[in-house]
Amino acid sequence: MKSKSKYLIIGNSVAAVAAVSGIRQIDESGEITLVSREPHHTYSRPLITYLLGGKVTEEQMAYRPADWYEKSNVNALLGTEITRVNPDEHTVETADGETLGYEKLLIATGGTPIVPGNVAGTDAAGVFTFTTWDDAKAIEAYIAEHGVESAVVVGGGLIGLKSVEALIELGIQTTVVELAETMLSASFDRTASELAQRRLAEEGVQVRTSTTTEEILAQEGRVVAAKLTDGETIPCGLVIFAIGVLPATEIVEGTDIEIDRGIVVDDRMRTSVEDVYAAGDVAQARELICGEKRCIAIFPNAFRQGDVAGRNMAGGDASFEGGLVMNSVTVVDVPTISVGVTEPLDDSYETMVQLDEDAYTYRKIVLHDGRIVGAVFVGDIERAGIITGLIREGLDVSNFRDMLISRDFGLIQLPTEYRRRVISGTGTRA
Amino acid sequence: MKRIIIHEEYCIGCGLCEVHCIVKHSRTGKIIRAFKEERDQIVPGVQVERDGYESFALQCRHCDDAVCIEACMTGAMHRDPETGAVLCDTDRCVGCWMCIMVCPAGAIQQGADGTVASKCDACTDEEIPVCVANCPNEALVLEDEE
Ligand SMILES: Cc1cc2nc3c(=O)[nH]c(=O)nc-3n(C[C@H](O)[C@H](O)[C@H](O)COP(=O)(O)OP(=O)(O)OC[C@H]3O[C@@H](n4cnc5c(N)ncnc54)[C@H](O)[C@@H]3O)c2cc1C
Repeated sequence: MKSKSKYLIIGNSVAAVAAVSGIRQIDESGEITLVSREPHHTYSRPLITYLLGGKVTEEQMAYRPADWYEKSNVNALLGTEITRVNPDEHTVETADGETLGYEKLLIATGGTPIVPGNVAGTDAAGVFTFTTWDDAKAIEAYIAEHGVESAVVVGGGLIGLKSVEALIELGIQTTVVELAETMLSASFDRTASELAQRRLAEEGVQVRTSTTTEEILAQEGRVVAAKLTDGETIPCGLVIFAIGVLPATEIVEGTDIEIDRGIVVDDRMRTSVEDVYAAGDVAQARELICGEKRCIAIFPNAFRQGDVAGRNMAGGDASFEGGLVMNSVTVVDVPTISVGVTEPLDDSYETMVQLDEDAYTYRKIVLHDGRIVGAVFVGDIERAGIITGLIREGLDVSNFRDMLISRDFGLIQLPTEYRRRVISGTGTRA
Repeated sequence: MKRIIIHEEYCIGCGLCEVHCIVKHSRTGKIIRAFKEERDQIVPGVQVERDGYESFALQCRHCDDAVCIEACMTGAMHRDPETGAVLCDTDRCVGCWMCIMVCPAGAIQQGADGTVASKCDACTDEEIPVCVANCPNEALVLEDEE
């Protein structure tokens, strides 16, 4: 065996970075080895579409400064893929056939983009998924080489929408194909989705809902069109599949580590096997509102889980208070934020709504049992975090609920005790 | 670290904290010119909330457990190692508003041109933040914390 580290981290993104800082809060010197398949210095994954669109430079991709590994005393093995975890031996295997040992292991491998198996022709040149820096470079190179003028983005979720934004920047005529009835249906309610769709349409983006791709048509091995299940064929020089990511669990499959959708973890980010932790998009942890274990593939979640895992790996006592689905996306120039449950699940939920379609502003608050469980903000997002805080806190808002929807709503309307705690600056987490 | 403590019972809602914050962060540093020429280009890092006779001035709490740093997808939002202040590196901010989504105090704003986040920078280059120094009724005070 080449080496045995006190801490071994597989992954080099948000969850991994947070885990390193979590460990270093408690253990300043214990050896940390971090392994990543991607060769890059830790970078901001959500910026890859900005990079393609030319809105950020390669230098701006860095998620942490150039000397971060050194300063954090981390031995980084970049461009190294792990193929197998052997929990009984406390080792992992690399694609080069090397074995690395650990005392505590963190799996922070994130997600793998889905390419639908039932669509014919996805192996044509010009068909991409879009979740890595290298994907951005490959797409950029393909566009330049083949003078791509039109594209189809399959999937109208977060990554799909961000891909569209990049393609708009590049002047490429884009069509979005979404299986659901509306775009962003996972996080938005219908009204917000329709506002977003209308704004995109104004920018010349075609949005096809309730349909998906059946086949990718190619000539000389290169994509020339996407054939939809509703019979239509859309000519295009590029196809991006953005229909979601699946937890990257391959390396632990067949071990005793419990996998459901993702790697199942407890509130301390421990897997079912001793000394092995998981965090980020690969992990399936408790969701705050429903209490069930879910995979929530968002950045803040990955950070928090990584931090909790790191502290606990180093002997600390940190606990994950539960994940909350949330997102902040700007559609062309309209900022939007959605948090928690945005559509009532049954009659016991109440909603408060304020809509101005012409101004593209919309606010919605979803209540259940006197508590806020979700919210949507379109256009006007100022102070949305106050509502997010109330959702996290589970505070009974019955006494001031009518204020919540008002634009002037602020901390001043909140119960003194809660407000005092928020402004104390010690942090709001339990 | 030093922290700005809000005493809402003393706040008279005068808004001088906002005025001085704007002047401090203006190009000219002159009160009249800052207001005449730059008022719409500066979002003050401290803002007074008012409800009837109640009021208090709120700026970023520079939380120990700063959720904005965790949610920031570019690494722009960071803790200043020297002062402990939570600062936004606007060269790295892309205006994704994840910070606005999570700040429980609602203390982060969209900057005046709508492209980057704007927040209290704790006047790290001053002995005492200008909002504290200019509060006429000690509704904002600077206190040492362990
Ligand atoms: C285009 C795009 C836009 C997004 N926008 C947002 C947004 O606006 N807001 C938001 O909240 N979230 C957004 N996300 C989601 C967010 O990026 C993820 O939630 C976050 O990156 C998850 O972090 P992670 O550390 O769990 O894993 P990842 O970021 O997926 O990183 C996984 C790491 O593991 C490494 N790895 C994987 N397998 C192996 C292996 N076998 N061996 C070695 N190394 C391995 C990879 O190289 C990588 O370093 C976006 C994602 C994409 C793709």
